[in-house]
This record gives sequence, structure tokens and C-alpha cells, in this order.
Amino acid sequence: MNLDFTPDELAFRDEVRAFLQAKLPQPIAAKVLGHKRLQKDDWVVWQQILHAQGWIAPHWPVEHGGTGWSAVQRHIFEEECAAAGAPGVMAFGVHMVGPVIYTFGNAQQKARFLPRILASEDWWCQGYSEPGAGSDLASLKTRAERDGDHYVVNGQKTWTTLAQWADWMFCLVRTSSEGRKQEGISFLLIDMRSPGVTVRPIITLDGEHEVNEVWLENVRVPVENRVGDEGRGWTCAKFLLSNERTGIAGVSRSKRELAYLKQIASAERADGRPLIDHPRFRDRIARVEIDLMALEITVLRVLSAERGGKALGPESSILKIKGTEIQQALTELQMEAVGPYALPHVPMAWGDRWLGERVGPEYAAPLAARYFNYRKVSIYGGSNEIQRNIIAQGVLGL
Amino acid sequence: MDFDYTEEQQLLADSVEKFLEKTYTPEMRTLIVGSREGFGPAAWQGMAELGLLGVPVPTEHGGFGGGGVETALVMEAFGRHLVVEPWIPTCVMAATLVAAAGTADQKHEILTLLQAGRLKLACAFTEPGGRYALDHVTTTARQDGDFWVIDGAKSVVMHGDCADLFIVAARTSGDATSPHGISLFFVNPGEDGVSGQEYPLYDETRAVDVRFDNVRVGIINLIGVRDEALGLIELAVDRAIAALCAEAVGCMDRLHALTLDYLRTRQQFGMPIGRFQALQHRAVDMLMHLEQARSMALLAAMRVDATDPVARRRAVSAAKELIGRAGRFVGQQAIQLHGGIGMTDEYIAGRYVKRLAAIDTWFGDADHHLDRFHAAGAAQPPVLLPTAPRSKWKTL
Repeated sequence: MNLDFTPDELAFRDEVRAFLQAKLPQPIAAKVLGHKRLQKDDWVVWQQILHAQGWIAPHWPVEHGGTGWSAVQRHIFEEECAAAGAPGVMAFGVHMVGPVIYTFGNAQQKARFLPRILASEDWWCQGYSEPGAGSDLASLKTRAERDGDHYVVNGQKTWTTLAQWADWMFCLVRTSSEGRKQEGISFLLIDMRSPGVTVRPIITLDGEHEVNEVWLENVRVPVENRVGDEGRGWTCAKFLLSNERTGIAGVSRSKRELAYLKQIASAERADGRPLIDHPRFRDRIARVEIDLMALEITVLRVLSAERGGKALGPESSILKIKGTEIQQALTELQMEAVGPYALPHVPMAWGDRWLGERVGPEYAAPLAARYFNYRKVSIYGGSNEIQRNIIAQGVLGL
Repeated sequence: MDFDYTEEQQLLADSVEKFLEKTYTPEMRTLIVGSREGFGPAAWQGMAELGLLGVPVPTEHGGFGGGGVETALVMEAFGRHLVVEPWIPTCVMAATLVAAAGTADQKHEILTLLQAGRLKLACAFTEPGGRYALDHVTTTARQDGDFWVIDGAKSVVMHGDCADLFIVAARTSGDATSPHGISLFFVNPGEDGVSGQEYPLYDETRAVDVRFDNVRVGIINLIGVRDEALGLIELAVDRAIAALCAEAVGCMDRLHALTLDYLRTRQQFGMPIGRFQALQHRAVDMLMHLEQARSMALLAAMRVDATDPVARRRAVSAAKELIGRAGRFVGQQAIQLHGGIGMTDEYIAGRYVKRLAAIDTWFGDADHHLDRFHAAGAAQPPVLLPTAPRSKWKTL
């Protein structure tokens, strides 16, 4: 039992560092580190650099384009990318639909979609939630009716993240109303340019356009775009939700944000001394830091167990709950750290083309918006209460 | 990076567990805590025969040569079985001090007797009015020919009631809270001028407050270098804390299991109460605290042997802080989820709750270790803040 990296792992870390130093575009890193708004191109440019290096999808099987890295190597990679300010790889393609396609898709689907996902040629979005199907996802009502070689899809999806940029949507649809509600669901890939697809923005409480409503009116989807058997979409959905287990904790990014918080709290002054020297604030930072130290070890324990061949399922829900609690605590402390300069609401000040005058310290501008935005993390991906239900049933047997 | 036990460690864990299951039954424990001695001479002897008393003792002195991880393995099992024997002061703290700083004779004599089960030690470090501070030492030792003369008082000395020998921190120079000027001495509790009070603690272990009035001990009773003991004391206490963290994990693990059993069997409103979501979520929150605590106990176990004292302090204090919080949470929720039965003295759950509360207090509670964690210094590399020059006014 030890916490040290092997010489090989240290050499790998140096390799990753050298790559980031040479290839991560500094303007993109500056936006990530300073909490500025990222544009679609920022992600695409960075993902294509990763792709050129062969590192875009480390967790995929090697035959589909994965790197064959160990769990520890993947951890090191995430850690270094986060610390350097690399944007997180957009989850919808590489982390979500990609693994569903290589696991449940047929040969044509794999050949058609996987290379374009790896190359970031398609932007994907997730058509899961509906106005009447949130936590109770299986009660979804979007209908897909068979018409020859096509499904005709009607319904409404919501909270669809970055659908305004998407070329494709992976979508859960109801192909049958018979039997258990989970059994009538199918997994369809929908071209966002199809007639009948309408994307309407939802502005969230930070004032940003991140999520959307997607209306589907008589959208014709070729049957060949169904992944897996008809009525087996729930299997794909569950697989997708449990596939990315450890990254969900966001430990690497939280470590970066903790360091940033300490910088802010050192730069801010109250009563003539740095805020970080005020015991009340200092203690709140320290408690989050300790929680994060523990979570990092918990994640490493999960990785270690995975390497030992032990399958971990519902335990990953612990990582999601704890990880998002820490992320939220950090955004809250960052906002509080800047005091009154958290109040100005000048959305252009966290855009990338803003050359104008700022109010207060530059780092202060986006912090309140981030605090409000991060309330989402305990809701998406299965709310933290749903995660507790999963643990209660799947781990505790209650 | 590796979180697996070696074969040897696994064997050790299995043999401790087997030994306790067989000999340290709840009935036996009840007899032990009710006895005049307050510990089990037979249990202690059994541990000696199994080699358990030598787990943290270096191999060159006949021990198992275990470090933080082996100590934690033993303590986690002790936590599950609520062991009340003086293993921490004797085998962790005293063994650390003697092995690190003792003379060849002291090492040979003390470590041999200790492993044979014939010598139990207690560490008298903290003082009335000093709370948890290890550098608050007003007890004095002055040299008088071939003797040291010790005067002062020590408070709440863990397992001091059954100790055959005290290790006492006394000031040989400097003022009351100076880090320099503290020395360690062996003092026999039967020595003239040693007096005190033995008392039970709420967790069924025992402690003493002890006074030293003009106590004369031989010059050979000094341990290590005169005036320079604080670093050693801190090391011994850090090892004790890492051990307590593992014990707390054992306690929480059992307490959580007991609570789940209760939730599955207790029927109200025609169904097991574990079907109610409000209770399920509390049980999940207990699990999260337990797993986070387990992670921190592992971190403390692995880092307590670090040569870098900053890394050691950070890990140990972070672990003690988190486990203090976690122990409170798990203990309080366990009682709440058991309802009335959790309030009874007869039911075992309360013993774990009380032990967890006591563990938080020993060697500094969560607040104390939050301060120490902060004082230990930063480990994070800085991230640069964005900066932009201000030039002229503008309306936004």
C-alpha cells in the first residue's frame, strides 16, 4: 500500500506535461483558468489537438481509438490537463454516445460515427430529459412510430446542453407503451438538421445560454440510426450513466479551483490583511480542502479496485454526490472571497472579446455567475437525491 | 500507487480479527470493563503471545517492524471490537519514543518487556490548562547530582491507571510554552512523590490525573536528548492519531452495519423502516462519511511514516479533522435511526457512539487539527490570477 507514482508513471506525467506545454493554446488555457466564456471553437480546436496526439479518448478500447492507459495513467492525464487549464473534453460525444455505439452499435454505426466523434467533426447533444420526465426519466413520452424504413419522432426534449451547436442528438424515445415503462424505450441518433427539429434557448439564472428545449415534430429518423434493439434503449441509457465513474467526481478540476480560491483570498484584503488570514474564512477553505483530499483518495481507491478487476457500480454515486458538493462549495467561496465585487453583473466582462473597462478585479467578474451556474451540478446526471436512492438500493440493500 | 494489502499485511489483519472474534467477545469485554483493573490481563497476554504487542516495534528489537499501515490494520479491528487495552500508549507511543531515542539498554529492556506483555506504559504529556498543546509544559525537571527532580501535574493521561511506567514530558529549560527545552523521563508510578486520581471515562476506558512532587528519578531515566523532545513527542502523538483514525473507521464500519440491520428489520407502518426515503438518505450520508473517513485513515497511515514532517502533519491533522466530523455524524445518525433503542445503555450501538466521541477529543479535536493543518503550510502550487491594467473610465 503506497501513494507514490512508479518511475514509469512519473515519466508518463512528464510526457503529458511536455505535451501540454507545447500544444495547449495559451489563449484557451487563460479563458479556462480565468473562468471566461468558452466558444465552440475553443473546445473543437483543443479536442482536435488531443485527437492528433491520439489522446482524445483514453478510456475507449484500443481497437476503437483508446490509448490503452492504466487507470492511474488516466488519472495523471486528467490531473495534468486540469492543472494546465485545458478545457474538459465535451462529454456528449467521447464520454457518452461513443461508448454506447462501440458497445451496442452495429458495424456500420461504428464505422460511420466513431471516427467523427474522435475527430470532433460532429458535436453531440443529449436528448434525455423531457418536461414530464426528469428524475423519473423512464416515464418519457417522446414517441417514435415506425413508418417503413423510418421512425417518425414527435415530442419535446429539454435541458439539452449546447444543442445550439449540435450536429447530432442521441435521444431516448418511446417505441412502445406496452409492458414496463423501461421496456418501450429505444435509443436513436437524430441528425439535428432534420426537418422538424427546433432548438429554443433556455436562459439559466446566470444569464447564459447553455441549455435548450428541443422540439421534435414529425422528424423522420432512418431505422438504421437506432442503436441496439428496439425497446432496449434503457439498457444503453443505464450503461451510459454508469460508464464514466471516476471522472464524475471532478477532483482534478476542484484541485485547480481550490488553488485559485486561495490565490483570490490572498489577493483580497479585509481589515488591512489578506482575507485568507482571517480564521473564519481560512477554516472554511481548509474544510473543503480536507474533504477534497479525502475524495481524491476515495477516487484512487476506486481506480485501484477497478484495476484489480472488481466491478464498481452504485459506489460511483458517492463520487458524484461528494464531488459536486465540493465543486459547489468552491464556487460559493470564490464568490464570497471577492466581497462586494461579486455583485456587478457585466456578462461581456467574461466574454473573450471584451477589451473594455472592468469593474473590480478581473478575476471577480464571472464568479457570481459561476456560483449560480454550478447549482446545476447537483441536479444533472441524476440529482444527488436520485444518487442517494441508487446507493440505498444498490449498495445498502434498503 | 497501490491500495492493496501485501500478503503479510492481510495475514496480520486476518489473525487479529480471528483472535478478537474468539477471545474478545462482547461478554468478555463486559467483564473486562467492569473489572477492578479496567483492562483484561488475559487478553493482554493473548495479544503478547500472538505478537500483537510488537506490531509497531522494529524488527531489530524483536518486533514485527510494522509502520502506519500495519498499525492501522490492528486498530481498525480493535475499533470493530471496542478493545479497551492500552495498546496505543504502550505499543505505539512508548515504543516509538524508545525505539527512536532510547539508549541501547533502554531499547533492549523496555521493548523486550513490552512485547512480552509485562510492561504497560502511559505517556504523560498534556497538562491542566494546556488543553491539547504539546509544547505547553510547566512540569519541571532539574538536575541534582545523579538525579532528576520532577515537579508538576499532568492531565487526563490515557490508560495511566494500569501503567507500570510513565513517560513524562518535563521542562528542563525555557518558559512554559517554548518549543525548546522539553525533555522526556521514565517515572515509576510507585515512586515517592507521585500521586493522583484514577477515573473512568465515558467510553469505558480509564485515565488518570497525576502529580509529581519532588520526585527523584535516576539520571539514566532521561530518554533521548535533553531539551529536544518536542519533535519526538509530536511524532509519537501523530502515530497515535493515525492509529485512532483507523480505530474510528472500525467503529463507524460496525455502527453503520448495525444501523443497516436495524433499518432492514424494524417494522413500522407495516414495512421495514429502511423503505422510507428520509431514513435511506441518512444511511447513505453515513456511508459517505465512512468512506471519506476510510480514505483519510489510509492517507494518515501511509503518510505518518513520511520523513517530511510537513507532509506528515498535513495528512495526520487533515485525517483527524475529517474523522472528528465524520465520527460525530455517523454516531448521531446511528442513534437517530435506531430511535429509542439507540438511547439505551444496554444496546451496543451507544458504545461505538461514545468511543467515536472520545476519539475526536483525544490528542486534539477537529477544530484543533484544523488549526494545525493550516499551520502545517501549503502543498498546492499557485495558479496565476488574470490581471488587466485599468486605463480610463467607461459606463457598462
